[in-house]
Amino acid sequence: MYIIIGGGGDIGYYLTKTLLNQGHEVLLLEKDAARYQALSEELGEAVVRGDACEARVMEDAGAKRADVVIAVTGEDDDNLVICQMAKRRFNVNRTIARLNNPKHEKIFQKLGIDITVSPTKAILSLIEAEIPTTRFVPLMKLRRAGLDFVELRIPAESPTIGKTLREINLPRNSNLALIVRNNQPIIPNADTVIQEDDEIFALVSPEGEDAIRKAFGALG
Amino acid sequence: MKIVILGCGRVGATLANMMDRAGHQVSVIDYSSEAFQRLDPDFKGETILGNGVDEDILIRAGIKEADAFAAVTNGDNRNIMASQIAKEIFHVKKVVCRIYDPIRERTYHELGLETFCPTTIGAQMLAEVLLSEPTAAKAARQDEKQ
Repeated sequence: MYIIIGGGGDIGYYLTKTLLNQGHEVLLLEKDAARYQALSEELGEAVVRGDACEARVMEDAGAKRADVVIAVTGEDDDNLVICQMAKRRFNVNRTIARLNNPKHEKIFQKLGIDITVSPTKAILSLIEAEIPTTRFVPLMKLRRAGLDFVELRIPAESPTIGKTLREINLPRNSNLALIVRNNQPIIPNADTVIQEDDEIFALVSPEGEDAIRKAFGALG
Repeated sequence: MKIVILGCGRVGATLANMMDRAGHQVSVIDYSSEAFQRLDPDFKGETILGNGVDEDILIRAGIKEADAFAAVTNGDNRNIMASQIAKEIFHVKKVVCRIYDPIRERTYHELGLETFCPTTIGAQMLAEVLLSEPTAAKAARQDEKQ
């Protein structure tokens, strides 16, 4: 695959290295002269000096034959324009944008960016998952499926303790993928009985999230 | 009319003063408080300090009730993103976006944004002056003086 990356910060740099190691053809664009110098010493010809927002730079980079364009600068407006220009002018099939402000997810989706990645949100989720009092943690979004992957911890007062999954009324479009009990993974079926402190990993539609929290009494 | 202007540089401030004097309700956003010094001392509109691609800042500037939005910061991409937020999220009826880069301007114009490019307009005007008859240029200069 041919992948163009806009923005040679830490994320752009490590992403380029990883994708090169996986055998992809990668071109990293960095507009700052000093940063470009530093990057080119290690990445050689895989990095080119230029602004990925500029159509001429992208043309020279061969954007027309790119399979994916990834925008990972520190500015959301730049990332948006890189992806929109790639789509509109160069017909790039897949565009991925880094979101510095998680609140921009909605507008990016609306404007046709295929995938957004929000490091801020991801870090928050990871930290939340490590705080024992948190009962409900959204782990990741499966955008094309329209589902969220969430984690729940069963509190002592949950009405579901001692019940089988068959007896629990789960919202539609939700599926329990895994239960972790005493550090042991359990693949649940209809006869699995819920216990206190079970960690439940579920796939659920965004509308079903409240219902699944209520069903398990994990409102905290 | 309620108008939100993003960017209080020379163009943004001049536009804000014009609209204010014409009796419109104006809000101006800029991330630098010094920029607001460009506004007339008797400017009656609102000034909002902050980042124009932040929805909360736009809401504070009254974007929800706005009839028109103009993006005139010196960053093309910031103008483009803010204009698209105004249009697609807040459904502002009249949105206009300044883009210096002619290629970007054409692309977003094709995407349905109302755009204008000072680079192309300025170059065209200069070309017209350069190629016009000297007498005509003289007459134009005199017109300007009057």
